[in-house]
Amino acid sequence: MSQAVSPLLPDMDMVSDNACLLTFSQTISEAISDRIAQVSQQLTNLPGIIDLIPSYTTLLVVFDGDHFDRFAICKAIRQLILKLDPKDALQADVREIVIPVYYGAEVGPDLDEVAAHCGLSTNDVIEQHSANLYRAYAIGFTPGFAFLGNTPAQLHIGRKTTPRLKVPIGSVAIAENQTAVYPSVTPGGWQIIGRTPIKLVDWGSENLALIAMGDKVRFEPISRQDFLAQGGNLDGF
Amino acid sequence: MAFKVIKPGMLALLQDLGRHGHQAIGVTTGGPMDELAFRWANALLDNDDNAQQLEITFGMLSLEAQANTSVALTGADLDASLNGKSLTPWQTYAVKKGDVLSFQQPVWGLRAYLAVKGGFQCEPTLGSIATVMREKIGGLTGKGDKLHKDDILPFQAYDQHQQRSVPRAAIPDYSQSDIPLVLGYQYRSFSDLQRAHFFSSDYKVSQNSDRMGYRLEGNAIQGDAKGIISEGIAYGSVQIPKDGQPIVLLRDRQTIGGYPKMGCVTRFGGALLAQKKPGDAIQFTPITVDQAEHERHLQMARLQQWR
Repeated sequence: MSQAVSPLLPDMDMVSDNACLLTFSQTISEAISDRIAQVSQQLTNLPGIIDLIPSYTTLLVVFDGDHFDRFAICKAIRQLILKLDPKDALQADVREIVIPVYYGAEVGPDLDEVAAHCGLSTNDVIEQHSANLYRAYAIGFTPGFAFLGNTPAQLHIGRKTTPRLKVPIGSVAIAENQTAVYPSVTPGGWQIIGRTPIKLVDWGSENLALIAMGDKVRFEPISRQDFLAQGGNLDGF
Repeated sequence: MAFKVIKPGMLALLQDLGRHGHQAIGVTTGGPMDELAFRWANALLDNDDNAQQLEITFGMLSLEAQANTSVALTGADLDASLNGKSLTPWQTYAVKKGDVLSFQQPVWGLRAYLAVKGGFQCEPTLGSIATVMREKIGGLTGKGDKLHKDDILPFQAYDQHQQRSVPRAAIPDYSQSDIPLVLGYQYRSFSDLQRAHFFSSDYKVSQNSDRMGYRLEGNAIQGDAKGIISEGIAYGSVQIPKDGQPIVLLRDRQTIGGYPKMGCVTRFGGALLAQKKPGDAIQFTPITVDQAEHERHLQMARLQQWR
């Protein structure tokens, strides 16, 4: 059972003259994540707020201290949060995003190692990874990189001892109790088990990033043939 | 109407005040490493606060003007010259068609700002021109490229040059090595001894310092080994990673992270730091949020009044 959401206020700490951190809990849970997504969404429209960074248990609020009074902004944040019923957070429209994945050694060079480490067949790994419904707890590391949790206990595995210098775009990976898709070519230390043909970020589109904090995400196994038909690329390793 | 890039320099980047409102999807802000110098350059030309400028790190840059305009130089003294005639920073200069504007090497400081009347007229990406090479966003191509030879930096031609300079008292003292730091709430997670170490030590700017973060070398600080649950990172955050060597996270910082933080350097502190070179020594001075806010308001008021 996840920790109950406090109906009242999160802790509020100034971190600099134009940013404050709201701490909703000391532990990670879906309920807390719902509440943070709800508050973050509503704060977007508050005058004077420049940027919001929601994460697992916190929300960083950056404001325009040059044109707005710090105390007035903090007060407005508190008042807005007090008005938001945590019960509504749980009923908020949750988007479910399906990401097609070609699981295979040629695009997922760690698939066999993961299977061996977990004492499963590669088919079991694929089945377990794609059977679960994940939640986007935080976005970061690189633009559009969503930290998705939690993977089934049987799939828990550490990061690679030596990170790869270049992880190909679209790589689907796992580490600890999390999974993610690499939206761009970056260095990375997660265990790569497959690849999606779809784009995670597109600065020309209206949504910019496919996955937002609070979204639900499911992976759908597709064949090599379908992967290629959907524009998938096998290069990169 | 444009500057043509003759020599691209070590690292010359188009910047404005930054890309805001997209950190929730992991897109960092970018923006000028020395915000105060950037703001003064636009003020000198009566430009919009956010008008596009060139941030020139180290120098080795040459530009040829293809039309008349006025420019303003602020920030570091990179031994700039116009057709071979030496220029002093923190003032405006008339530039004629065919003139060559060059930057050699730092005399003092590290990053200079070149503003042009009306600002450079390049197409923004996600609402900002700020060039973030690591994220491949912004700049002339929209893909985070630094300046290359033969790039064209468009501006609107201008003939009514006005000679203006920043009052001497408003020019920051870049030799100052005390960097103001607002104590964060995680400050309490460090022991008294570790805090004393942190504020009484000299730290050297490491070779591995860039627009993302300034890595420092000195007395190692012991923090909570477990780290914290990843959270949003504010500009100027001073992270203490496992090896205890502080990292000051600046304009191109990652948006979230899980290392404990001592506090946040102010935007002015970050500007001072951004003008330091590898090997330079700095110290941190603790200040309160009120003091940081007061300092910021004074600087902004001075700028607005002068305008």
